[in-house]
Amino acid sequence: MIAQLTKSERQLALVILLAITICGLAMGIAGRDDPLGVHGAIVILAGLAGIFGVIYAYYEPEPSEARLALYYDDPSKVGIILAMGWVLIGLFIGDWVAWQLVFPNLTFDAGWSSFGRIRPAHTSAVIFGFGGNALIATSFYVLQRTSRARLPDQLSPWFVLLGYNLFCIIAATGYLMGVTQSKEYAEPEWYADIWLVVVWVAYFIIYLRTLVRRKEPHIYVSNWYYMAFILVVAILHIVNNLAVPVSWGHAKSYSAFSGVQDAMTQWWYGHNAVAFFLTSGFLGMMYYYMPIRAGRPIFSYRLSIISFWGITFMYMWAGSHHLHYTALPQWVQTLGMTFSIMLLVPSWASAGNALLTLNGAWHKVRDDATLRFMMVAAVFYGLSTFEGSFMAIRSVNSLSHYTDWTVGHVHAGALGWVAMITFGSIYASVPWLWKRERMYSDRLVEWHFWLALSGTLVYVFAMWNSGIIQGLMWRTYTESGTLAYSFVDSVAAMRPYYIARAIGGLMFLSGAVIGCVNIWMTIRAAHQPADERLADRPVPRPAGVPAFQPGE
Amino acid sequence: MENDLTVWLSKSFGLFYLIAMSIGIVAYAYWPSNKKQFDDAAQSILGNEDRPWR
Repeated sequence: MIAQLTKSERQLALVILLAITICGLAMGIAGRDDPLGVHGAIVILAGLAGIFGVIYAYYEPEPSEARLALYYDDPSKVGIILAMGWVLIGLFIGDWVAWQLVFPNLTFDAGWSSFGRIRPAHTSAVIFGFGGNALIATSFYVLQRTSRARLPDQLSPWFVLLGYNLFCIIAATGYLMGVTQSKEYAEPEWYADIWLVVVWVAYFIIYLRTLVRRKEPHIYVSNWYYMAFILVVAILHIVNNLAVPVSWGHAKSYSAFSGVQDAMTQWWYGHNAVAFFLTSGFLGMMYYYMPIRAGRPIFSYRLSIISFWGITFMYMWAGSHHLHYTALPQWVQTLGMTFSIMLLVPSWASAGNALLTLNGAWHKVRDDATLRFMMVAAVFYGLSTFEGSFMAIRSVNSLSHYTDWTVGHVHAGALGWVAMITFGSIYASVPWLWKRERMYSDRLVEWHFWLALSGTLVYVFAMWNSGIIQGLMWRTYTESGTLAYSFVDSVAAMRPYYIARAIGGLMFLSGAVIGCVNIWMTIRAAHQPADERLADRPVPRPAGVPAFQPGE
Repeated sequence: MENDLTVWLSKSFGLFYLIAMSIGIVAYAYWPSNKKQFDDAAQSILGNEDRPWR
């Protein structure tokens, strides 16, 4: 890692790491007994570890000029490994939370392990830890290939990747100590938020600098999606996290917004986090990896442009559907509902575009679990965007809101779409990145696929049942006009579905464990004499030449 | 910003800029002289070359 940095980059790395260590020291001194002090210690440890790492390899020979003739893939490799590490943590905590709802004693009487603390640890670990690292890793990979240009330097990609993981660690450890802004998906406190802004700006600058140096005149559509992800997440993150800390030595802060404005800002952020973190970037992934894996160009490039602008500009207005029947003005609720329904057009355009790309390659979908991961992801993308538009309708929302139906919907998207497209893309790129002919075991990819798919289905069906029963029980009246069920009645009715959900989650987790083993064995496999990437990557056929199926 | 002003803005400007933008994007995507560029872009990611152009 350090050996690839030039002399001046090693010096700059030392300066940055020293600055980080001093920041950690300041946090530790100002924070003292506050959780901020603990986070200061974590930052100091991270900074010192980095400094020792750089000094240890400081006098190694500088990298040769020959490096400029190759893409810079090491940050992508490390990013994929980190993503797979985070997914294990995130899915494990998620399944633990699920079992807590079945057996409440699984908190083991500790504060840090209570539902309210480990539930955000689960969401942040899977969304930011797994999803974020996968997005950073694949975006560097795709950016270089589609621009036919190497990343601009060797230091800034490491700053972004490792700095981002420092943010994730501070976020997760903070929740366990009870540090939270109580805003969904924006839980980390002010100092973590400021650090993420620094990292994120550096990320966007890498993107712009590489695009400026591109040799391919047209900017491929994946880059548009990745850039929308980076840019809009920055805007959302900054606005929603505007807050005033209690003091410089205190982790707690108060939001700049209050009342219904706070709620509206939060759900403008929250829904666009789904749109730009969990959709836009992963669509960028899909538009690159799926055509290559299928060996066919995207069905309609023009449709991909139209859906890009549709998604970018319509999602911005959909957030208020989270606040139906609240103090938010009725017209703002209706605006959010209308835009949510219109969103079905660009969403299904993308899902349809992906599935039509597979026309003529369905025999590959049958034989290749990696491509099947991507195909199922596109199907779930279509399903959950339809479900989302449907649930945003005010009268449907009156049944679904605050029930497990919402949880089911989120997981159809997160497990079925986000995780599936990510696993597909990771299985496609691991052999290319490590110059292996193929994954260690195709059978293990099959096992992962079927465990992931059945786990998702068990989970989603359990939550659909549970949510609708819950919603109906809450609105059933007796002849005398009183509620027929108490709230506790509805909780007791959920128990069988909570058991099913936890089992579904366990299946999904088992699949991810198999995936980690498979990737680890692929990396460890003896170096295969692969000059460029080959074998695993289908050689594209000129358009118009029919593909013969076996037996034809 | 008052509620009335926000409502007026979203019902006037808010409506028309999105419609105008949609028309603009569809025209750009389907403009005949852009077709070749888009077809080339769709093909550009396929192929076995894996080195930066210099």
